[in-house]
Amino acid sequence: MQLEENIPHHDNPRLIHINDPKKTNDKFGFSGNEIRTSKYTLLNFLPKNLFIQFHRVAYLYFLAIAALNQLPPLAVFGRTVSLFPLLFVLTVTAVKDGYEDWRRHRSDRNENNRETLVFQLNEFHPKRWKKIQAGEVVKISSDETIPCDMVLLGTNDSSGIAYIQTMNLDGESNLKTRYARQETNKLVLEGTTISGVVRCEQPNRNIYEFMANMELKGQRFPLSQSNIILRGCQLKNTEWAIGVVVYAGQDTKAMLNSAMSSSKRSRLETYMNRETIWLSVFLLIMCVVVALGMGLWLKRHETQLDTLPYYRKIYFQKGKEGKKYKYYGIPMETFFSLLSSIIVFQIMIPISLYITMELVRLGQSYFMIGDQHMYDSSSNSRFQCRSLNINEDLGQIRYVFSDKTGTLTENKMEFRKASIWGKNYDNSYPDADASLEAKDVTVDRRKWKLKSEITPDPELMKLLYKDLSGEEGVAAHEFFLTLASCNTVIPILTESSSSGCDGVLGGSPVSIDYQGESPDEQALVAAASAYGYTLFERTSGHIVIDVNGEKIRLEVLGLHEFDSVRKRMSVVIRFPNHTIKVLVKGADTSMFSILDNDRPAEDHIRHVTQVHLNDYSSEGLRTLVLASRNLTGEELAEWQHRYEDACTSLTDRSVKLRQTAALIECNLTLLGATAIEDKLQEGVPEAIESLRQAGIKVWILTGDKQETAISIGLSCRLLTADMNQIIINGNSENECRKLLCDAMAKYNVNSTSCSSQITKLRRKAEPDYLELPSQTKSSSMPQQCAGEEDTPNFGPLALIIDGNSLVYILERDLESELFDLATSCRVVLCCRVAPLQKAGIVDLIKGRTDEMTLAIGDGANDVSMIQMADVGVGICGQEGRQAVMASDFAMGQFRFLKRLLLVHGHWNYQRIGYLVLYNFYRNAVFVLMLFWYILCTAFSTTSALTDWSSVFYSVIYTSVPTIVVGVLDKNLSDKTLLKYPKLYAAGHRQESYNMSLFWITMVDTLWQSLVLFYVPLFNYRESTIDIWSMGSLWTIAVVILVNVHLAMDIQRWVFVTHLAIWGSIIVTYGCMVVLDSIPAFPNYGTIYHLVKSPAYWLSILLITVIGLLPRFIFKVFHQTFWPSDIQIAREGEILRRRRRRRHIGSKTDEVSS
Amino acid sequence: MEMDGRSSSSAVIEADSVSLQQSRRSKFIHQFTQQSLPACKPVLSPPFVISVFFVVGLIFIPIGIVALHASRSVVEIVYRYDGECVPEPYRSNKLAYIKDDSISKNCSKSLKIPKHMKAPIYIYYQLDNYYQNHRRYVKSRNDKQLLHGLKYHDASSCHPEDANHGHPIVPCGLIAWSLFNDTYSFSRGVVDLKVNRKNIAWKSDREHKFGKQVYPVNFQNGTLIGGANLDPNIPLSDQEDLIVWMRTSALPTFRKLYGRIEEDLDADDVISVNLFNNYNTYSFSGSKKLVLSTSTWLGGHNDFLGIAYISIGTSLIFIAFVFLLLHVNNPRPYGDTSNLSWNWKPISS
Repeated sequence: MQLEENIPHHDNPRLIHINDPKKTNDKFGFSGNEIRTSKYTLLNFLPKNLFIQFHRVAYLYFLAIAALNQLPPLAVFGRTVSLFPLLFVLTVTAVKDGYEDWRRHRSDRNENNRETLVFQLNEFHPKRWKKIQAGEVVKISSDETIPCDMVLLGTNDSSGIAYIQTMNLDGESNLKTRYARQETNKLVLEGTTISGVVRCEQPNRNIYEFMANMELKGQRFPLSQSNIILRGCQLKNTEWAIGVVVYAGQDTKAMLNSAMSSSKRSRLETYMNRETIWLSVFLLIMCVVVALGMGLWLKRHETQLDTLPYYRKIYFQKGKEGKKYKYYGIPMETFFSLLSSIIVFQIMIPISLYITMELVRLGQSYFMIGDQHMYDSSSNSRFQCRSLNINEDLGQIRYVFSDKTGTLTENKMEFRKASIWGKNYDNSYPDADASLEAKDVTVDRRKWKLKSEITPDPELMKLLYKDLSGEEGVAAHEFFLTLASCNTVIPILTESSSSGCDGVLGGSPVSIDYQGESPDEQALVAAASAYGYTLFERTSGHIVIDVNGEKIRLEVLGLHEFDSVRKRMSVVIRFPNHTIKVLVKGADTSMFSILDNDRPAEDHIRHVTQVHLNDYSSEGLRTLVLASRNLTGEELAEWQHRYEDACTSLTDRSVKLRQTAALIECNLTLLGATAIEDKLQEGVPEAIESLRQAGIKVWILTGDKQETAISIGLSCRLLTADMNQIIINGNSENECRKLLCDAMAKYNVNSTSCSSQITKLRRKAEPDYLELPSQTKSSSMPQQCAGEEDTPNFGPLALIIDGNSLVYILERDLESELFDLATSCRVVLCCRVAPLQKAGIVDLIKGRTDEMTLAIGDGANDVSMIQMADVGVGICGQEGRQAVMASDFAMGQFRFLKRLLLVHGHWNYQRIGYLVLYNFYRNAVFVLMLFWYILCTAFSTTSALTDWSSVFYSVIYTSVPTIVVGVLDKNLSDKTLLKYPKLYAAGHRQESYNMSLFWITMVDTLWQSLVLFYVPLFNYRESTIDIWSMGSLWTIAVVILVNVHLAMDIQRWVFVTHLAIWGSIIVTYGCMVVLDSIPAFPNYGTIYHLVKSPAYWLSILLITVIGLLPRFIFKVFHQTFWPSDIQIAREGEILRRRRRRRHIGSKTDEVSS
Repeated sequence: MEMDGRSSSSAVIEADSVSLQQSRRSKFIHQFTQQSLPACKPVLSPPFVISVFFVVGLIFIPIGIVALHASRSVVEIVYRYDGECVPEPYRSNKLAYIKDDSISKNCSKSLKIPKHMKAPIYIYYQLDNYYQNHRRYVKSRNDKQLLHGLKYHDASSCHPEDANHGHPIVPCGLIAWSLFNDTYSFSRGVVDLKVNRKNIAWKSDREHKFGKQVYPVNFQNGTLIGGANLDPNIPLSDQEDLIVWMRTSALPTFRKLYGRIEEDLDADDVISVNLFNNYNTYSFSGSKKLVLSTSTWLGGHNDFLGIAYISIGTSLIFIAFVFLLLHVNNPRPYGDTSNLSWNWKPISS
């Protein structure tokens, strides 16, 4: 009856009839196992691809312009010509999409045609994956990939264990255990056909949860996450496994999770859009000028229009006389003139820039990925660019939010110290001593090899061997039993057959590899093994622990897994002597509150342990507290009842389990504490120092304790001894407010909201500020920098704030105070923060400043922060791939961040900034040149350039050099950038792209366009020059001008750059020769005629020199008399290189003489 | 054996060179992917900049002088006749004069040659305020018809001069319709000066653009006569006036070649021009001019290039001196990293 309630009411459960796919799919028709990641089929490719492509505004603009041009009164360009740019872009994109989709099709086909054994007609027959349906029973052999999401029915192991590797799903390489229910496993091993019903949730994308129950012969039992194996995983260390398909094909969790994350837009691009609006205004002004001019001209010549040879608005033919030819009255003509000038000036809005930028970023990513200095050889992982839109944001980062564990540290845990029954064992004896003392022990231990060796503390070893009877000895015994049992680690025995223990006794060496989801647990189990408590076997029902050669089988009655609310884990165990114990381990804050407070004798131990814990965490070690308790029969019965109920529940299972856990996790006896070292990654202090010099503020957001966070901060040189530490850890809103205001008052931080309180509090706040933090804390805090705080001249400030206070601050209206204080501090450490709070802090900064933020982390708890920040960086570490999946960039080590920001960020920012300005200029100078000419053609939107040349200008004539320069140009070498991290501030100051640069560029553009127009005009006034010769001259002049302009700004010439720049000019000539060789074009033969005339060449030279002279002079004077930092550093770099070369030269001279 | 040994050693050498090549190639690829290819990094150091200014200035001035000299050596006679050639009674209503076919359009004028003019002397007519570059006008032609004649049917681009009396016009379009039809003849004393009217159009146009088998059809048969008529027995490729006219001009003031006088004219020679003032520019108050000009390597009389080159050249040298002075007075140590801003500004925390 109870089970009925557990089936969710709001959502129909999915009914799976085991071994009866027909009945299963009869009613609902669940999707088959065929997958389709491809977007298109051969039939729908064209419409669908076009539909998707036209979602971009840029393409719609192209389309609208092309459509306008099709109207007869507006046909400025030839009809085919006007469609060319749009068709070109569409084709390129379609080919790219098509190729990618073809590859997806191919991989889909390979996936779908794989075969696996499926139970059909009372036997297992191979069947293609795509034919598998929900409800079928599938058999998987070792090392095979699982074709769909299945509930395990049985394995070759009598306890129903299957090991799977979830590499493809979440990137974690360690093995995970999954269990078949004993009820079904028995049946499978007996060989009977199972028929039953599985009720499970509707398909969802949560790969860490699964809720279902199974009805088998009238009996119901629960199914959970541990009973399901997911598509994409591999079966390991298990001969075979049999399962029933519950989710197939598109319903599998792997497929539901494959959707990509949303895209971000770079800051420079948003600025660029702002300037694009300016360009639209210019465009509109030009069009209005042309239209008004047209209107006035028509008005003035109204009476002549019939006869003007070059206008002629009427047909003069018999019968038809008086019929108007393409003339719709002055207002309409004016309006048409407006529209047709939009067509002529269309490239003023640099639509091609968006495509150019995409290509450039692609090229930049190629070089970032290929950078050997960002290649992590230890994990064999290269740098990854997962997002292609925000390369240049890397050059403007102001805030870096970093996770600690796995990001700053290696996340390779090592057991360092233990405090047992109030005594500290920290292995402080010299090694020689240890080996002597522990001689008798090592004989035993040699029977198996552990992957990580730990030198055990000799004193503790002695205690374990000699003194098991005393209180201390019992505690030590239980301490290590807890370490070995209270976890989810799986021991993997290699070189041994089914039952490992015979092999061990026989003397053959066996190596044990511990596989687990948490590196902390692996370290603890390894430590227990080093002290003689070796975890040997783990099934769902029992564990086997080898205690100094003696094998103990413990029955596991229940296990409450670790969750972030309880912050502890417990296991209920029945010993061989039928005593039942609860073994608990957890974070200190969550443990001390549930200890048994009634026994005053243990108060001392508790106090000493607390002191030890503080010592450990101040050394930067991660601590866990262990405790245990005996269970009476009644307690056990009640707990068992509730536990089973909670376990089979389909809804709110986690809440119910938590309540159940609370039943037994109370009145515990403290056993001791462990300290695990989490080593700093290589190069972290140096990287942080460089980032800070570059003007980047590094904030650490960690789930660790305050003391641990501070000690890590010190060890990675984020905190220095001369800093004033402000510690905020209040337990209420008022307390937090008071702490914040006090700190601000003390360090003269200006804040509007706080000023009233500051005056009130100042008098009393200053003398007793030091006491305030310690009053509000439950545990005492080491005041490392107490001395400095008294100095009247404040040094740099460091803010340390804990998660509790953040709850009050972020949820109430204290955000602005925190912001004011935090931004005036050089360092901010946030400890004990929950994942969502991390995102909240990032949001706080993002919402209140314009500065760019970057979040870096490695674990699932950093995902929200990574997604919230402007730039998210994932570390491919030990904690899976979720952070990487959510990130924009991913890399192997924290220290690469320095190179990523200081070198690649700087380069990308400079390149894209210049690229955008140059593209604005390039298109505007062309359009302005056309505009000046139109003023000389009675406002009739004639273009002297041939249609094809106008279209090719931005597509072929000038596009390649911008891309090459955007990808390859470097203003400074990586060595210089790393040597002077402060050069990064150029990005903060927005030196490469800002409003004034835009306006300077536009003025320069205006000048160059005037030169382009007027030099030929003056040179050819009152001459026989025809319109196509003039157009030809303008075409080549503008192409040469913009390319030489680019050449003038290039900072680093490699052969590719030469090829692109000079090649473009040659290609332009080539195109013009081809276009002028087709007799059907009116411009036939123009170029052949022109190149013979010296005036043509002298005009081009004059245009180039006069056009670029102001820019060159400005540049020269600026660089010589007001040099930027980048300029000086660049000169220094070249000077050094020259000296070095001279040095080498003189050396070789000496040698030769 | 020895043979073997030698061949194997040579093979080793070969393999070495191959591997050397490979390593060179892989080194190149490595340098490329690491963005460390050998590169030239230009810096605008003061000596470089000053020498660039000087060198460019020193190149520009001579070019300017030569160009200016060429332009000045051209002898040019410009005679505006659109007003003078209208008889006195019609001066107030020029339009009536030009439209009235019964009035003789003949007009004579004596021109004095100011300087010796060396053959060939080019004869141009110049029109002002005539928008041959108007969009409606430029597009009103059909290049395929010009090449293939009536074989090519679609003449929609020629509106409103595409057909007459239901028959297509060759050459169609406004441009051809408005063909210039003033004529000029010259005499020195009593001797007629021979005007060569051949080869005035581009060779490429004559040979490939205008059909050799295409003859004018139904041309200037409409109610409104725009300009000159064409001899229907001469193929378009030989109608050079038409070919010249159809190369529409770029600017509203333009010249077109009429012919060449292939003998020298001496200073103070008086030549008389006999012209027929047929073409109607009065309706849009455009002017007509007759131009006689010699030519140089640079073209006709235009001082612009020469003056521009000389002035740019001198200003470059001037800038070079200014820059030199400024640099000497305020020298900045080149590439001195102690000048970096954070080295002289107090570091703000």
